[in-house]
Amino acid sequence: MMQDSVMPFANALSEVPFLGELLILAFAAGVGYVLWQLRSFQDSLAEFGFRIELAVQVFARVHHITKRRRWVLSQLYGSGIQNMHVVLLVGLFIGMIFALQTGIELARFGQQDQIGVIVATGMAREMGPFITAVILAATVGSALAAELGTMSVSDELSALDVMSVDAISFLVMPRVIALMVIAPLLTVVCDTVAIFGGGFVARSQLHVGWSLYFDSAIQALQTYGAVIPLPKDVYAGLFKAFIFGGIVAVISCSCGLKARGGALGVGRATSRAVRDSIIAVIIANYFLTWFIYQS
Amino acid sequence: MNQPGPGMESDDILIRMIDVHKAFGKTKILRGLSLELERGKTLGLMGGSGTGKSVTLRHVIGLITPDAGVVEVDGNDLAKLSKKELSALRRRMGYVFQEGALINWLTVAENLALPLQENTNLSKAEIDDKVQEKLELVHVPDAGAKFPTEISGGMKKRVGLARALITDPEIVLYDEPNAGLDPQIAASINDLIRELSDKLEVTAMVVEHRIECLKRVADEVIFLFEGKALIRETTADFFQPTHPRLKAFLGVP
Repeated sequence: MMQDSVMPFANALSEVPFLGELLILAFAAGVGYVLWQLRSFQDSLAEFGFRIELAVQVFARVHHITKRRRWVLSQLYGSGIQNMHVVLLVGLFIGMIFALQTGIELARFGQQDQIGVIVATGMAREMGPFITAVILAATVGSALAAELGTMSVSDELSALDVMSVDAISFLVMPRVIALMVIAPLLTVVCDTVAIFGGGFVARSQLHVGWSLYFDSAIQALQTYGAVIPLPKDVYAGLFKAFIFGGIVAVISCSCGLKARGGALGVGRATSRAVRDSIIAVIIANYFLTWFIYQS
Repeated sequence: MNQPGPGMESDDILIRMIDVHKAFGKTKILRGLSLELERGKTLGLMGGSGTGKSVTLRHVIGLITPDAGVVEVDGNDLAKLSKKELSALRRRMGYVFQEGALINWLTVAENLALPLQENTNLSKAEIDDKVQEKLELVHVPDAGAKFPTEISGGMKKRVGLARALITDPEIVLYDEPNAGLDPQIAASINDLIRELSDKLEVTAMVVEHRIECLKRVADEVIFLFEGKALIRETTADFFQPTHPRLKAFLGVP
């Protein structure tokens, strides 16, 4: 079957005139493009190195946390409580979409009673931590980059340097810690409202009863992991959120610290923070999933 | 004309720059700047825009490292200091930034207290006393509880000065201490700068465009031109220029 569909394409390809020349041309263009981009590739590598270094420096200063507790708490409030409504709203609709999409398909096979399972595991494993990380990147990450970026371009970071105040301990560490704490908490909120949103759709549009939906959802989340005696899907999702929080905070702070050149530079740093955070979260998500679920 | 450079030997040179070069991208800012500053003296820096006055100050406190050449403070080559040693040296220095560079989410009092909280073992009461003392020194005794966004540009500047002085530094670097101040406040700030060097033997470098400021505070003035110290004179002589470039710069016929 597979071959049937591939062959006509291969046949058609063999009839293209100057195919070899075209391929060589395309290859040359590719090489040229790579060479042209090499500089930005080098910059990206340097940037990556800076972020890894920043992360290491932050964790080397975690013991300053009691001295910085005031800033950690204010960051927790700023990143957590002030974005709660976004998580509630987005989580609710994600759960509703999830239930609707899977429910329509499942209904064709008479499997609507599985909606709760799919929404609950899907949210706990993947969507909850990911959506929370995206929300945090867009709200807190952008704010961190703008805040530190403004400090950078208005000489405040230089002032800290001159006063022998360690900017990583004073500025970056509390923000990273706060986001690593708040991301799993918001994920729990996101998962919970999403399951309720899914239940609402299941009941109103797919005619699945509350109790059936919630029983199957709760049942699905009670598979215990081999390593830690806790429901695996839940703690795996929370662990992901914990890592995502760190990634978003470190990348956003690094963009802010590196901002140069006035308002324009702050703008660039902010958009870069959001873009790079989301990309890094997606890539990290794959590796974490592989790490957690491979066995 | 007194040419600056390593030729001027003195036992008590606190700041020394030898043949410093610095470029940003393709723009060469400093092209072989050399200068020396004795302990307790105040040196003014003048020059057109982009001649590297602020860049020079930033070199002295190690915010910028030179592409070539040596910057020494109290006999220490800044390039050879470890992070810790540089940090220890900086505690003896103060820097007044052009726009104040106050931390926006700390109150004025917290801004002033920050270097003391971070680097000393003073009690809260001692820190509070010092903060109030410095705020009074720069004529903003009531600003402590306000945030930097709630005070005027001139007040920010004075708070920035107070913060630079909070550790009672031996060396203070002023980046345009008069910019944005009304003449009366500017004069009182200039009196303060003068008083610090007279009474406490503070060594200072002052970047400033206002002639009346340098006349009041500086012992000597350097004219930066094309990345070098073109002219160095005592303040009185500097403002009676003979060199055609300086005459043109000062607008003296």
